[in-house]
Amino acid sequence: MKVLLSGNEAIALGAWEAGVQYASAYPGTPSTEILENLARYPGVRAEWGSNEKVALDNAVGASFGGARALAAMKHVGVNVAADSLMSVSYIGVKGGLILVSADDPGAFSSQNEQDNRQYARFGKFPCIDPADSEDARQFVKIAFELSERFETPVMLRSTTRLSHTKSAVEALVPEARSLQPLPPFVRDPSTSRVVLPAIARRRHPEIEQRLIEVAAWSATDGFECGLNRISWGDRSVGVVTTGIAYQYVREVLPGVSILKLGMSYPLPLAAIREFADAVETLVVVEELDGFIEEQIRAAGIEVSHGKDVFPLCGELTLAAVREGAGKAGLLDADGAPATQTATMTPELLSSVTVPPRSPALCPGCPHRAFFYNLRRHKRKAVIAGDIGCYSMGVLPPFEAMDMLISMGASIGMAHGFQRAGGQESAIAVIGDSTFFHSGLGPLASAIYNRARIAVIILDNRITAMTGQQQHPGTGITLQGEHGKEIDIAAVCRAMGVTSVEEVDAWNVDAINKTLRRALDYEDGPAVVVVRGACVFTPYFHLQPRMRVDPAKCVTCGSCFRVGCPAIIKSDEIYPTSGKQKAAIDPLLCTGCTVCMQVCPVQAIAPIE
Amino acid sequence: MIEKLNMLFVGVGGQGILTASDIAAQVGLDLGLDAKKSEVHGFAQRGGVVESHVRWARSVGSPTCEKGTVDILMSFELLEAARWLDWLKAGGIVLVNRQKLIPMSVSLGDIFYPEEEAILAALREHAGRVVVVDALPLAEEAGNARTVNTVMLAALSALLDTDPQIWETAVLRRVPEKYREVNRVAFRLGREAAA
Repeated sequence: MKVLLSGNEAIALGAWEAGVQYASAYPGTPSTEILENLARYPGVRAEWGSNEKVALDNAVGASFGGARALAAMKHVGVNVAADSLMSVSYIGVKGGLILVSADDPGAFSSQNEQDNRQYARFGKFPCIDPADSEDARQFVKIAFELSERFETPVMLRSTTRLSHTKSAVEALVPEARSLQPLPPFVRDPSTSRVVLPAIARRRHPEIEQRLIEVAAWSATDGFECGLNRISWGDRSVGVVTTGIAYQYVREVLPGVSILKLGMSYPLPLAAIREFADAVETLVVVEELDGFIEEQIRAAGIEVSHGKDVFPLCGELTLAAVREGAGKAGLLDADGAPATQTATMTPELLSSVTVPPRSPALCPGCPHRAFFYNLRRHKRKAVIAGDIGCYSMGVLPPFEAMDMLISMGASIGMAHGFQRAGGQESAIAVIGDSTFFHSGLGPLASAIYNRARIAVIILDNRITAMTGQQQHPGTGITLQGEHGKEIDIAAVCRAMGVTSVEEVDAWNVDAINKTLRRALDYEDGPAVVVVRGACVFTPYFHLQPRMRVDPAKCVTCGSCFRVGCPAIIKSDEIYPTSGKQKAAIDPLLCTGCTVCMQVCPVQAIAPIE
Repeated sequence: MIEKLNMLFVGVGGQGILTASDIAAQVGLDLGLDAKKSEVHGFAQRGGVVESHVRWARSVGSPTCEKGTVDILMSFELLEAARWLDWLKAGGIVLVNRQKLIPMSVSLGDIFYPEEEAILAALREHAGRVVVVDALPLAEEAGNARTVNTVMLAALSALLDTDPQIWETAVLRRVPEKYREVNRVAFRLGREAAA
C-alpha cells in the first residue's frame, strides 16, 4: 500500500532503513521535521543540537566512532556548520555521514535563498538531489553507501518544495530495533582524524582524486542504482535537470528526452556528454544558480539554453519553466502558458480590494507586552533584532527593529554599534533558543569589552517559530527524556553580567520599568530576561477572556497598538471621534490582559 | 471517473487547512490515482495566509498548481477566496466557508474588509459555480467547532463524482476514537450543505 509522506518524513524513513544510528539537528524551516520524525523510530538516537555546527560535530563524532550518522539543518544553518564541514571533508569519515541541507528557494521563511549545491563544490564532497519523497527515501540509502565507500561526507540537498510536499511512498512498518554500542575505537595513524596542517596538505590531493572517482562512479554505478536516470523521448530536445525542477520539466515538456541527475556534484560529465551527443538541442533546467549549466559549459559541452531563459532568482514553478521553455522555442501550441488562456480580467480582479494579511504575534503571545514597550523607546534607541517569532517586532504596529541579519547577530551588532560611538542606546533582542544557538559567544565579547548595551532575552520556553522544539533552556530532549535545564539568568550572571533582571512577560508596567533600568545601566551589558511561555506550550494557561465595554471605549486606539489579532473594530461608532470602537473576538482571546493594562479608560475587563 | 484534478486549499493560519489538504490528497490515492500536496510551513502559519495545493492525476509531476488552472478553489475564509481567485480556471468551482477572520491590516488601518456580497459577486463572475457553506455553525451543530475541516471536506466530496464513503473513511482515519462520532455528524451536515 502506498502512503503519502513529505520529503522530510521520507528522508527520516530512508535514514532509518539505512540503519542510521545517530542524528542531530538544530530546527529550521524547512528542515525541522526530519529529526522530529527520525526521533520516533526505534534504535536511533536523535537529538537537538544547540546549533547547526554542534549538530554536525555530533554527527562527525558518531561517524568517527563507526556509526551511520546524519545532521540536518536549513540552508543558512550550513553556514554555521561550514567550519567543521570543510575540515571533515578533508579528514574523511568512518561511518556514513550525511548532512541534509534543506534549502529555501523563494525564501519563504529565510533571510536568503542561497544555493547550497555550491558548498559541495567548495568543500569537495558529493551533493545528492532527490526530486520527490520516494527519491528522498532511496537516495538517503545510496548516500550512506557512497559516504562509506569514498570516505566522504555527503550532502543530501532538499528544498522547501521537496521537504514540504507529500507524495506517494510504499508503506513500511518499522521493525523493532535497539541502539547498539559502537565497536571499540581503533587508533590508526593511517586514518588519523586530526586535521593538523601536515595531514591537511597530504589529504588535499587525495580528496581531489576522490572527486574524480565519485564522478566516475556517478557516470556508471550512479545510473545502475537509479540515482541518475535517462528517459528517452523525442531526441530533438534533451533536458538535463535535477531535484524538484525535474517535476516541472516532465509536466511542461512531456515528450522530450530527460537526463535526471540525482547527483549534482561532482557531475558524471562523460554520461552528460554522451546524452548531449544523442540529442539535437541541450537544455539545462535547474532551480536558483546555474550550477550544473556552468560545469557542463566549462567541460566544453554545448548548452543551447539554461539561465538565459529560466530564472536565476526565486522558486522555480510550472509557470516559470513554461515561460522559459516558450522563450527557448520548445513549446508547441498546446503548451501555451495556462495563465494566458485564463479569462480573468483586470476589472474583475479590481472589483474587490483584498486587504493584506500579514503574519502577527498570536493572541496571548508573551512577546507582545515587550514590543509594546520597546516601541515607546525606539526614538532614543537603536534595536538589533534576531531570528524567531519576535522578528515580527519589525511589523506594524511595533516597527521596533532596526537591524537583523542572522542567528545570534543581535548582541554583536548592538555591541559594535555602541562601541563605534553610536549616540543612541543600543538594544539587542534575542530569543531563548537563539541565545543558546549563538548568543553566548557575543555576550562574552560584550561583557569583556564592557559594551554598554541592553540585552533582552525573550524566554518563551520553546523554539516557537519552527513549531515548538525543545532546547537547552527547557531541559527536555528531542526524544522526550529529561536532560538538564540551563537557567539563562544564572548563565548571564556567571559570565559576569552585573545587571540581570527577570520580568513577567505579560506585565506591561514592570517591563517598562525594567527596560528603562537596563537602558540606564552603565557598567557593561545589562540583561533582561522576559519570561513567559509561548501559547502553544503546555505551560501556557488560558485565563478568563476579555471584553470591551462599549459604553466606556473612547476609540483612543491604545488597545489596537498592542497588535493583537483578537482585537477588532466593532460596528459601533464613538460620536466624538467618528471612529469605530474596539471589540474582542472571544474565540481568539486568551485572557492575557495586555490590552486591559494599556486601556487608559478601563474599558476592558475579563468576562464575568 | 475523475482522472485529473487541481485543488487549492486556502485560508488563515490555524484553520486546519494543512490537515484537510492532507486528507484530500489521501483520497486521491484511495481512488487509485497518484496524488501530491504541497504547502509552505513557518512564517505563513502565524495568522498569515495559508495555501496548500492538492493535485490528483495518473502521474503527478509538479506538486503545485499553475495560476489559472485550479479546478476547485476551497477557501476556509471568505476574503481568502477573493485573494486567490486568479488561480481558478475560468468556469472552475469555488467552495467557500462564510466565516470572516479580520486581518490586522483592517484592525490597524483605514482599509476595510469588503462586503460579503461584493466578494461573492466577484467569485460568481469568474467561477462556473460558487458554493457557500456556513461551516462554523454547522461544526458547532455537530458538537465541536473544530470540525469545520470535516464539514468543508464533506462539502467538497459532494461536489465531486466520487464515493462519499472513501472521503468519510479518510477523514475518520485521522481523528482520534473519541471524536469519531462528532466528525461523522459534521460530515453528514457538510454533505447536506453542499448538496
